[in-house]
Amino acid sequence: MALETTGKEERLGRVGRGFVGEVLLGRLGWTLVSFLVLLGVWLVVAAVLQSRLFPGPMDVLATLSREAATGALFHHVGVTLARVAAAFVVAMAIGSAIGIALGASRSADRFFDTWLIFFLNLPALVTIILCYVWFGLTELAAIVAVSVNKIPNVAVTVREGARSLSRDLTEMAAVYRLGWWKTLRHVTVPQLAPFFAAAARGGLALVWKIVLVVELLGRSDGVGHQLHIAFQLFDVSMILAYAIAFILVVQAIELGVLQPIEAHVNRWRR
Amino acid sequence: MARPLRLRIDEKTFPPVADRPAQKVLADIELTIAPGSFVVLTGPSGCGKSTLLNVLAGLDESFTGSVDLGSDDPKLAFMFQTPRLLPWRTVEENIALVIEGAVPGDPRVAEIIGRVGLTEAANAYPERLSLGMQRRAALARAFVLAPDILLMDEPFVSLDDPTADSLRRLLIELWTRRPTTVLFVTHDRTEAVMLATRVVRVDGRPATVVQDEVIDLSVTDRANRERVLAVRARVFAEA
Repeated sequence: MALETTGKEERLGRVGRGFVGEVLLGRLGWTLVSFLVLLGVWLVVAAVLQSRLFPGPMDVLATLSREAATGALFHHVGVTLARVAAAFVVAMAIGSAIGIALGASRSADRFFDTWLIFFLNLPALVTIILCYVWFGLTELAAIVAVSVNKIPNVAVTVREGARSLSRDLTEMAAVYRLGWWKTLRHVTVPQLAPFFAAAARGGLALVWKIVLVVELLGRSDGVGHQLHIAFQLFDVSMILAYAIAFILVVQAIELGVLQPIEAHVNRWRR
Repeated sequence: MARPLRLRIDEKTFPPVADRPAQKVLADIELTIAPGSFVVLTGPSGCGKSTLLNVLAGLDESFTGSVDLGSDDPKLAFMFQTPRLLPWRTVEENIALVIEGAVPGDPRVAEIIGRVGLTEAANAYPERLSLGMQRRAALARAFVLAPDILLMDEPFVSLDDPTADSLRRLLIELWTRRPTTVLFVTHDRTEAVMLATRVVRVDGRPATVVQDEVIDLSVTDRANRERVLAVRARVFAEA
């Protein structure tokens, strides 16, 4: 279906309006136009205000390249990214295990449901403060705080999937004595793939925002820490530069890592 | 495979569901099955044949009675009414999954895939294949582990006649090549006679064994429709 449509558009584009016209009228064109309009609005507002507290795109770009030139940008973005990755992996692993267990056992689900609701509603800031109080201002505390915030979300999403596992396939695995590892790997996990994907999507967005707060409160490097310093100096240009850099990185991960993985996992679908 | 397989079900009752009362489906069933025989269990639809198979497979443990599969750790294969293949694994991966220590391109897997005529489709995902081909894959999966006991629950329903027939012939061929104890459930009496060395008919509510016949047909006779129909008429006392 999708392939057919692309093919048709390509033919139409070549004959009718040429390559540039096709790009401008396609989805890419819409993204480009909307981005340019946003940039334009920003440029105009900044030019009208003429304030150090509302720098224009050119100022921010200058700050961005200055930070990049000293290497500070890459250092801090890298450190933050490492924390995001660690917390993300821990949260996905533990959250998935809890979700599968709760989906499989009704009594466990009934018992732990209250716990889950408690942790789901616990404000991120509270977890962060408590972790720093209990474990000190350490890297471990930072990762634990972020993970604890994300684990309940992953667990709830994966539990939904584990509740709807195919009984037919479970019976097949039992009769053929696949054992728990083969069953998990070939029967259970593939059925949960869409739920893992949903948890990962939402997870990445949530985790990196919480990591910034964790860094702001108790770390001496990372994007959150840089934002903290910029805040004290009222350096808005710096704040926007780091924010934009990180948005770009997260988008790159979404497009370059998560989406290809999803496409690979879904290759069997018709 | 020293001892015969023994099954005794004193009683199998389904608990009440919503407004339906408890249902006693099977009672006083005793079966002794010699190693290497092909037993077809037949009877009207919905009389509890599949339940009996599930009890034998260990999938249903809430019954009174006993199951002795004839050895301490028998290799069991089950071909279900639907193929029950993993849609996210290729035909080859689905078949390799059930044997211990399978390596990519395992000769055991390649051989059985060749026998069921799926060599071309070995790397295809099941949902892209016809139901007949999916059933072939399920048949290959059942035979690849050289099972001691093979349970089959109406494995050829909802296929057109020629496809079902070719699958039956394939089953006879595989079973002749590597005899194993088969318990095959069907409500189709022609299919029963075509495949079985022994037919066990269950009926009633709760269902119990009402007929137990040996079918003595050669492989060539089984391929002959006239012969099969004649035996069917005799065995089931049809006019």
